[in-house]
Amino acid sequence: MCRLEELCKLEAHQDRAWYVAWSPSGKLLASCGGDKAIRIWGQEGDSWVCKSVLSDGHQRTVRRVAWSPCGNYLASSSFDATTTIWSRKGGEFENIATLEGHENEVKCVAWAPNGSLLATCSRDKSVWIWEVTEDEEFECASVLSAHSQDVKHVCWHPSKEILASCSYDDTIKLFKEEIDDWTCFNTLQSHSSTVWKICFDVSGSRLVSCSDDKTVKIWQEYLPGNQEGVVTTGNDSAWKCVCTLSGYHHRVIYDVDWNHLTGLIVTGDGGDAIHIFEEEEGSDKNQPSFNLKVVVNKAHTQDVNCVTWNPKIPDLLASCSDDGVIKLWKYHT
Amino acid sequence: MSLDNANPVIFEATQARDVSPEELDDDVVDPFDCREIFDLIRLINDPEHPLTLEELNVVEGSKIQVNNDAESVSVEFTPTIPHCSMATLIGLSIRVKLLRSLPPRFKVDVFISPGTHVSEEAVNKQLADKERVAAALENSHLIDVVNQCLATRR
Repeated sequence: MCRLEELCKLEAHQDRAWYVAWSPSGKLLASCGGDKAIRIWGQEGDSWVCKSVLSDGHQRTVRRVAWSPCGNYLASSSFDATTTIWSRKGGEFENIATLEGHENEVKCVAWAPNGSLLATCSRDKSVWIWEVTEDEEFECASVLSAHSQDVKHVCWHPSKEILASCSYDDTIKLFKEEIDDWTCFNTLQSHSSTVWKICFDVSGSRLVSCSDDKTVKIWQEYLPGNQEGVVTTGNDSAWKCVCTLSGYHHRVIYDVDWNHLTGLIVTGDGGDAIHIFEEEEGSDKNQPSFNLKVVVNKAHTQDVNCVTWNPKIPDLLASCSDDGVIKLWKYHT
Repeated sequence: MSLDNANPVIFEATQARDVSPEELDDDVVDPFDCREIFDLIRLINDPEHPLTLEELNVVEGSKIQVNNDAESVSVEFTPTIPHCSMATLIGLSIRVKLLRSLPPRFKVDVFISPGTHVSEEAVNKQLADKERVAAALENSHLIDVVNQCLATRR
């Protein structure tokens, strides 16, 4: 019988906890929330403790934190319209840059896998791409205005220079660099309300999305000239929704994370629950089946805002909630 | 500034509820009911008129649902005219009042009575987006306006 065991509960933030992010080594956990603070958590013996508090970076809610792929930098984005870059030297975090330009709340920040690009998105409907120079400078490389509404999340393809974004306009968009500028080359439509979060699988040929429409969708990439005969345009792949998980979630789904070590998908929702899904063995890639393995109702006392798998320890999961609490979970098969 | 609806129809306010002896007894479990939710929101001031949402029939006891087992509350409100530009602000005020009054475990849904506003879907989507509501409540100008709606006038 699969189950999730609660390992520990951290009273993390005095207001809602919006997001938690594992460092690339999986040893540190960064959290942020409505109390405008960022906290860094690490393990000491058997328990997890707060190692640092970064409280002077933002004037308003810190919505998102993201580690650079090398683990030496942390980026935080805030409702105060800025993104702050923190450099980690020794055990200390130093504020080295503030990225300004968005007109209002910055909802998400994400580093490209090679660490040389950063993407941010905002309620101002735009996605910005920043180049990271060798002397720790950040220059805006592109402003993308493809969405017609609030952009909720941005994430990079695990191996290619492709950026994905999702929005209050119910769509997912894919961007790539073309002759010196970034352009949107694909728009994925199927959700009937806000798409809150998207995540690639380890291969980058699949994407999972979750929405206010209470469904999770799996999208499959089809390369030009694919055997299945899915129509593509030019050199660009087509992306098709091949699976919709509905009926499991009773309120908005705020987060979804695809485990790159095990292939498990975890979701966190506005019904305080955590769900874990697994693809059925031998299922058709064009029509895959995903089975519910675990559901933890009342995983938190309020909405679950974030669920994230540890990048190194396959069965370790972190979650955070409007109740201000972070929980760590162990998945047992 | 011209008013959206200069001559609204005014409805009579309800009387204070009767409090039963059981409700005063701390040993008796007293679940939330619709009337209690109604009492929380009926005295919210309209942003345009010196009247309450109850007096304008924007909120009604019959359009409130409470489910104590599921710990959820849903409130339908009816703008006085289909083009009312204050609909989002009224919805936000109802939402804030309930967020401040109810235990945090309660799930609160606030939406426009179906078919009573031209931008019903857009307003409902905005009111349901907790990230936008959270950001709005950090806007000092907006929170001042909401607080004025929630201030007790009488």
